[in-house]
Amino acid sequence: MPDLIEAFHTALRLIATLDPGLIEIVVLSLQVSLLAVILASLIGFPLGGALAVYRFPGRGAVTAILNALMGLPPVVAGLAIYLLLSNAGPLGVLQLLYTPTAMIAAQMLLVVPIVGALTRQYCEDLLEEYDEQLRSLGASPREVTATLLWDCRYRLLTVVLAGFGRAIAEVGAVMIVGGNIDHVTRTMTTAIALETSKGNIALALALGLVLLATAFAVNGALMGVRRFALRLAYA
Amino acid sequence: MLDPTSPPDLSNASVDGASPPLPLELRGLVYETGGKRLIDNIDARIEERGITVIMGPNGAGKSVLLRLMHGLIPPSRGEILWAGRRADRELARRQAMVFQKPVLLRRSAAGNIWHALGLRGIDWSERPARVEEALRLAGLERLAAVPARTLSGGEQQRLCLVRALSLEPEILFLDEPTASLDPASTLLIERLLIKAQRQGIKVIVVTHDVGQARRLAQDVIFLHHGRVIEHGPAKVFFDQPRSEAGRAFIAGGLVL
Repeated sequence: MPDLIEAFHTALRLIATLDPGLIEIVVLSLQVSLLAVILASLIGFPLGGALAVYRFPGRGAVTAILNALMGLPPVVAGLAIYLLLSNAGPLGVLQLLYTPTAMIAAQMLLVVPIVGALTRQYCEDLLEEYDEQLRSLGASPREVTATLLWDCRYRLLTVVLAGFGRAIAEVGAVMIVGGNIDHVTRTMTTAIALETSKGNIALALALGLVLLATAFAVNGALMGVRRFALRLAYA
Repeated sequence: MLDPTSPPDLSNASVDGASPPLPLELRGLVYETGGKRLIDNIDARIEERGITVIMGPNGAGKSVLLRLMHGLIPPSRGEILWAGRRADRELARRQAMVFQKPVLLRRSAAGNIWHALGLRGIDWSERPARVEEALRLAGLERLAAVPARTLSGGEQQRLCLVRALSLEPEILFLDEPTASLDPASTLLIERLLIKAQRQGIKVIVVTHDVGQARRLAQDVIFLHHGRVIEHGPAKVFFDQPRSEAGRAFIAGGLVL
């Protein structure tokens, strides 16, 4: 027990003194997950919006697959990107395995279904209200999609935050394609896994606290966005 | 019957953008859904340049008829002709509709009008003046930047109406526009409708409010069970209704 308390003190000191080793890991984690979420949103928003508006054969199947992929296990996403980027894989020539780029790709694979599926759901709900009015105004499917995405903007912001929460907290995907290489691909989650198994509880605990604070911040932002949108009746 | 593959007959069609493409003819119009016949073989010819009011008890098919005329739903049978011409995209762009429950975008009051103008392809440079004019018409100038959905019920419906008017339609459909409004808000809406009619816009409004129909209508279509029971000048309908249902409805009685 005294060991644990000491580890906790060390962890707090690492955070308070902005320990360079700690900061490096935190910054890389945030960079990877932020980029993954931004890129996933660029794909997921139009994908979800189009799925809500356009009618085409196989639409139900695409929607079902997207919904199912929301629960994609991170290790499976990591494995898929690994196979793609390994030397024997189709994109092996790019030599991207064990780089932050590979980690971004793996997290995108996790987040695109979340952003896409939630965007589709929100847009479809809103379309029920808007459909006749927009058709009366003569909007084309493309214009309907754009209108829905813009009018869902606060909800989409919460979708982005949910996607970020998922990306920053996962460990399996970045472990497989990143390899947890010190100073190169070590993120908060992979470092926690490693340091804990090495018995270096203090660093693991410090990273855990930062991760926890990130989760709180994301949730706080989520609630703030929702409350703001409600006040404008834009929810 | 017109062959749908033949080019539209333009001989008596209104090509002048300023005059509505009337008469509106409904021929053998039927609309069925879920095994129910909501519109039952309606033939009608709407020529009047004045305000046409479609009346009838709940479930008479008033809203469905309005949606059919506006082209929001396709008829099961029969056809709708505007000055002898089937509705197409160009004709649809000359119409606008206000719904019973105001449908407002999650944008400011001005943003709602702006976007509607954009969807109709109104040039960017022309929009600010039209937005301003519409807000002035609704008496909402000072609320231009306010989120539309935080406006009061009456303000919301006025915004919907002037948003429709800002598109400069030739035909304006309204589905029970004042059903949930107080008398003051209702009056403002009715004034805007009369003004629009005087400017040459053909107004077709659904209502089950007899008082409103008396105030607005020059032409009345009385629907019951999806059929046109009476259709004629408002004065004739209100003074000497020919049908039992019409008499009962005007008297405020129950129409079953």
